[in-house]
Amino acid sequence: MKKEKTTILVADDDADYLFQMRVMLENAGYEVLAADSQRMAEEIVEAVKPDLAILDLMMEKDDSGFILSYKIKKKYPEVPVILATAVSQETGISFGIDAEEDRSWIKADLYLEKGIRQDQLLLEIEKLLKR
Amino acid sequence: MNKLKVLVVDDEPGIRSGVSRILSRFTVDYPFMDEQISFEVLEAETGEIGLDIIDREPVDVVLLDNKLPGVQGIDMLETIRKKQPDAFITMITSHASLDVAVKATSIGAHDFVPKPFTPQELKSSLENITKHLFLKKMTRQLQKEGKQIRFQFLQVLSHELKAPINAIEGYLNMIVNKQFGDNISDYQEITERSLERLKGMRGLIMDLLDLTRFETGKNPSEPQEIDIRLLAQSAIDLHKPQAIQNDISIRLHIDCDVCIYGVPDELEIIFNNLLSNAVKYNKPNGKVDLYISCDDAAVTIVFRDTGMGIPESEMSNLFKEFFRIKTEETKGIQGSGLGLSIVKKIVDIYRGTIEVESTPGLGSVFTVQLPLSGKTTK
Ligand SMILES: Nc1ncnc2c1ncn2[C@@H]1O[C@H](COP(=O)(O)OP(=O)(O)OP(=O)(O)O)[C@@H](O)[C@H]1O
Ligand SMILES: [Mg+2]
Repeated sequence: MKKEKTTILVADDDADYLFQMRVMLENAGYEVLAADSQRMAEEIVEAVKPDLAILDLMMEKDDSGFILSYKIKKKYPEVPVILATAVSQETGISFGIDAEEDRSWIKADLYLEKGIRQDQLLLEIEKLLKR
Repeated sequence: MNKLKVLVVDDEPGIRSGVSRILSRFTVDYPFMDEQISFEVLEAETGEIGLDIIDREPVDVVLLDNKLPGVQGIDMLETIRKKQPDAFITMITSHASLDVAVKATSIGAHDFVPKPFTPQELKSSLENITKHLFLKKMTRQLQKEGKQIRFQFLQVLSHELKAPINAIEGYLNMIVNKQFGDNISDYQEITERSLERLKGMRGLIMDLLDLTRFETGKNPSEPQEIDIRLLAQSAIDLHKPQAIQNDISIRLHIDCDVCIYGVPDELEIIFNNLLSNAVKYNKPNGKVDLYISCDDAAVTIVFRDTGMGIPESEMSNLFKEFFRIKTEETKGIQGSGLGLSIVKKIVDIYRGTIEVESTPGLGSVFTVQLPLSGKTTK
């Protein structure tokens, strides 16, 4: 057995999304810290160091996810951060974080679309945790 | 962009070397930018030399003295704008008279620093410029599309539509996978949540239909004389159920009987949206008072509520599309953030005005004034 459960911080102001992520991640054997606002996530991070963070891009502010990511990376540079957004790439509408140039100044390890399949998401999480 | 090139054009050697010295040790950093930004200073003692440099290499910021021996700073603006449209131009001026300021900004200067300036003034000015350039870089991608507003609208719209779809899809998958076992009552809560999200989506779609109607300029119904009392009463009736549920009273105070010439649907939207907000953002046992009064020129409609109020800092955003205040209090309240933007559009069509006053924690007052152009008093 594993020594201790891996902890994942999930921050999202959509209560339903948060609930579903919690159920899914707990089923996959992770411990989940759920935050429904940027503020709450910041408080959690003050107290605990998660093993990974999944952040919604737009919470109180349009760029809450960026700010959170920045703060987490500043405190714990080694913790992988996933930024999730409901804005899809297929529509050709993206936040412009695809461009290599733009990626460089936003410190997240991965950008994901929210509609992504569960097994895919779990795979990505495992990959990031192994690094 | 980790090093910004600053061109300082000033005939006073003290100013040039001062700027060089201050900026050589100055850096700016912002959340979610990887790099720190530092500055490289190019000096020019005359406008001619400055223009030479502008010709030769790209610069990010120009600090431009207004009074120069040869070519004047203000006369250089146009050339700089043409050659380097992305450069941020700040005028350095000891005579910060209003007319120079107005003239300079109208032909391309972005900002002023008064001369003499302290190192701190220069630094904070450059901090602002850096922020500005940074934001510009972020929106450049959108601007390329040419229709930034439209683009942002679609962007937010797709976000707003996808969020409930994802939520509902997630819940349906939980049911399909029998996540919580075989007992159907264990799925009650998530089914209710799904229905709630669908309701929100329906609201958004209704709002969108309202919006597109104005944008295409197609009116579904003919303009006619509309009795304002009936209009108010039917809006109140519509919101009664929700009000009762939250123990909120709605009262109508009307001291004139007047008809207003307009399209019924449009005027209904004004009443319904403002009333819906007054009820939605109220507190249990709260009150909503609707006052209608008129004079020869206009009818004034006041929606007063005893709700949560609106922080001063959010006032300027209120009428923007998709804008919603996100706080602990508003968390459970459904809405698309389109209501007020639609109301504003209609009020504009009628050449009316809408104003807001609010005290956080105590309540808000929305005042709509509609001119009675073809007025007919009963
Ligand atoms: N009477 C009010 N009291 C307090 N806050 C208000 C009031 N009216 C509007 N607001 C704030 O302004 C925001 C924008 O209002 P708007 O009517 O445009 O959108 P909405 O009510 O969220 O959604 P919609 O009306 O499209 O269903 C609201 O989300 C709310 O935060
Ligand atoms: Mg509303």
